[in-house]
Amino acid sequence: MKKELRLVVNGQPYELYIDPKTLLVEVLRDHLGMTGTKRGCNSSSCGACTVILNGMAVKSCSILALQAHGGEVLTVEGLASGPELHPLQEAFLDHGAFQCGFCTPGMLMSAKALLDENPKPARQQIKEGIDGNICRCTGYNSIIRAVTAVVNGEYGVKK
Amino acid sequence: MSKYSVIGQRVRRVDGLEKVTGSAKYTFDMVLPNMLYGKILRSPYPHAKILNIDTSKAEKLVGVKAVVTGKDTPGRKQGIWRRFPELCDEEILCREKVRYIGDPVAAVAAIDEDTAEEALDLIEVEYELLPAVFDPLEAIKEEAPQIHDGVELNINVTRHIEWGDVDEAFRKCDYVREDKFRCSSQAHVCMETHDAVASFDYGGKLTVWTSTQSSYYIQRLLADILDLREGDIRVIKPPTGGAFGSKFELDSAQFCATVLSMKLCRPVKIVLNREEEFTATKRRTPMYYYVKLGAKKDGTLLAKEVRVITEGGAYTSMGATALYLTGFFSSFPYKYPNYRYDGYRVYTNTAPTSAMRGFGVPQAVFVGESQLDMLAHELGIDPIEIRRKNGMTPNHEVPGQAYIQSCGLHQCLDAIEEHIKKRGKLPPNHAIGIAAYGFMSGGIFNWFNTPYAFSAALVRISIDGKVDLFTGACDIGQGSDTTLSMICAEELGVRLDDIRIYSGDTGICPADLGAWGSRETLMNGNAVKMAAADAKRQILEFAAAKMGANIVYDLDIKDRWIHLVDRPERGLSYYDIVKEVIRGRDGEVIIGRGHYTPHRKGMISPAYSFGVQAAEVEVDPETGRYRLLNVTTAHESGTVINPVGIEGQLEGAIMMAGGYGFCEDQPMDEGKILNPSLADYKLIRSLDMPESEILGIDTYEPEGPFGAKEAGEGLTNPTAAAIGNAVYKAVGVRINDLPITPEKVFRALREKEQQGK
Repeated sequence: MKKELRLVVNGQPYELYIDPKTLLVEVLRDHLGMTGTKRGCNSSSCGACTVILNGMAVKSCSILALQAHGGEVLTVEGLASGPELHPLQEAFLDHGAFQCGFCTPGMLMSAKALLDENPKPARQQIKEGIDGNICRCTGYNSIIRAVTAVVNGEYGVKK
Repeated sequence: MSKYSVIGQRVRRVDGLEKVTGSAKYTFDMVLPNMLYGKILRSPYPHAKILNIDTSKAEKLVGVKAVVTGKDTPGRKQGIWRRFPELCDEEILCREKVRYIGDPVAAVAAIDEDTAEEALDLIEVEYELLPAVFDPLEAIKEEAPQIHDGVELNINVTRHIEWGDVDEAFRKCDYVREDKFRCSSQAHVCMETHDAVASFDYGGKLTVWTSTQSSYYIQRLLADILDLREGDIRVIKPPTGGAFGSKFELDSAQFCATVLSMKLCRPVKIVLNREEEFTATKRRTPMYYYVKLGAKKDGTLLAKEVRVITEGGAYTSMGATALYLTGFFSSFPYKYPNYRYDGYRVYTNTAPTSAMRGFGVPQAVFVGESQLDMLAHELGIDPIEIRRKNGMTPNHEVPGQAYIQSCGLHQCLDAIEEHIKKRGKLPPNHAIGIAAYGFMSGGIFNWFNTPYAFSAALVRISIDGKVDLFTGACDIGQGSDTTLSMICAEELGVRLDDIRIYSGDTGICPADLGAWGSRETLMNGNAVKMAAADAKRQILEFAAAKMGANIVYDLDIKDRWIHLVDRPERGLSYYDIVKEVIRGRDGEVIIGRGHYTPHRKGMISPAYSFGVQAAEVEVDPETGRYRLLNVTTAHESGTVINPVGIEGQLEGAIMMAGGYGFCEDQPMDEGKILNPSLADYKLIRSLDMPESEILGIDTYEPEGPFGAKEAGEGLTNPTAAAIGNAVYKAVGVRINDLPITPEKVFRALREKEQQGK
């Protein structure tokens, strides 16, 4: 029996009827066509599916979509405003903080959630903030440098 | 004007914007109209005869559109070593026999993944279990079960390399030591698992979108085993979520999606799940190593003898190349006057082992550099000194094998020595270990038997001066699209944003062997440079005539300005001239062609990179637990084309190679991999990642584009050895089998304590 799901994604309200066992990541990718959010493991180990739900970074492969009912979701597609990139996106570009790019949407959302909570994290806190996200390409240090550059105000202070 | 205007600059990746905004469309993201979803049924047994496969129940399930088995294919075995038919031994949908847990036996296409999954449970396969063997040392025995018909002692491939008089040289040595090592397996762990969308149309034309390192290989291999013409197959590589060696052979997702699509004339998508990715794709080759090393008292290395038995797994795949490279690079980076290698690749009933970043060389370097440190320690010689004494130098010939032109090993040793000095005296249980290494810039091998140039590129300049660059090179995340665009812009004299690159699409790009063996920068870079030069020549011919310049002057283009090289102020706009060239030749656009195949460059590679790495560890002698604090690398890769790219390769390699040394492993029980999930497979995450410093070394490689050579896989080679040497230096225990886990360190420390009592 399908259930009603109402949620706001990147500022846009949606109303859907879904199978109750549908995961949040499936609603985003398969129902709404927002394929920026990835799936790497389905066991909440890799972090490629990280989105921000009601201000918290969550792994969308491990949440039923109905658990997000009435909530607000931010995905990588909602990070830039039109052509204007978010400071984290600019910093990732300048610091080469991605290669294959498959972990990048999740990595950006983890970093965004971290900075929303603590705009001045120390290096160790940045490492902790992205420890749930596996990146097989970069070795993380360029990502840490990119986030640090944003923390240091090198890219303005846009939320 | 500076020498270069594009290369060497810190630029944003050409695929950067799509990747940071989530708009990059991977194969994983693709949905086509009328598309079906496929799933693959795999053997639960390591070795069994297939007596019968009954698909009738599965076919009746609502939503299932097709079920296929080996009987629906021409039944041809495939392999990437196409020159050697006996090594093409893998049937992707097994008809008679399965040889490892994960071997595919059937595939289903249905309206969604859940239905396809449900259908798999309804397929009834009758097996007759056969005795199985998992360890190559057992599989090579006479009484072991035979895995492939007619292959005696399960020996799949042997390799022999020899120069000098090894036995005589050992007699002359003051010091000889013999050691045994064991190198473990490792999973590639691409963030995007293997996947493919295959679409076969009613006209008999096939298009496959897939996450791959070589679109051309997939095109050719599909043609081989499905009775299709190469030209009827188009393979397109969208952005690819990592590969690391795992994605240049034909895989079960590509093959099964294609077979299903051919049956239905509908697009079929197959994405392997993470468990399949761990258990049923290829992996790094485990190796048993015996090494004998002889030196004079002063540390001069006189002879080395190496014997290796590798765990092949069920099929040849790329393992034969790993067997050769581990043997050749066991002599690196030193000038051994006498050297002998014998390698045996042995079939086992385990998941096939194949190429993974470093391609047999991380094993060779772990063994070689560990043993060299042991020898230096016994002789009382400093580790840097013994490497300096024996290290390769420019213009060195490896007898019968290779000719090395540029080589910056000694500068790398100097830089690392300086780094160690700067670190000063370290606290107790805290030490720096080093390892030196080298690697190839692309292989000269043609086991694939391609009739095409190894690399090729095409440059097209349209009326507005914009440049389209077509190349079969495959950007798998390593950044070749950016590096090749930079080479094109530099050679042509335009800016990076004038270039649009089309890569990895066999429908529009010239054939290219793809991304493996660290070949793209040098081989494809040369092809791109040649294509750009060809286009530029056409522009300059016209410009020279137009300018009426004295023929003693050379013309060139820099930053979109066509000018006399000796009088750069005299020139014309690139954009204006391009328009006129095209008008002047009846509207025909400017096309430049380039290709590269190495000739007269030995057996292995046209060029070699070198480096030295220092790993700093802190060991807790009570628990054996250790932390990797800092990994500093001096790597020389000729002229640096793309500095951001090199940094990324260097730091990223530390994560993967450090994991190989420190924690990554695939333990098995009766052929079953015990940790096939990212919860159980331990790799380095951000909290465990050491600081990574890079010491730039200047060299110039005459064979490379603008003097460049590899910076991809070589960096994966030293870390395990450097960690092992650091742990030994810190607490005095030597771990000879990878990975060097805290548990092994703990046990070795206790054993040492016992012996001391």
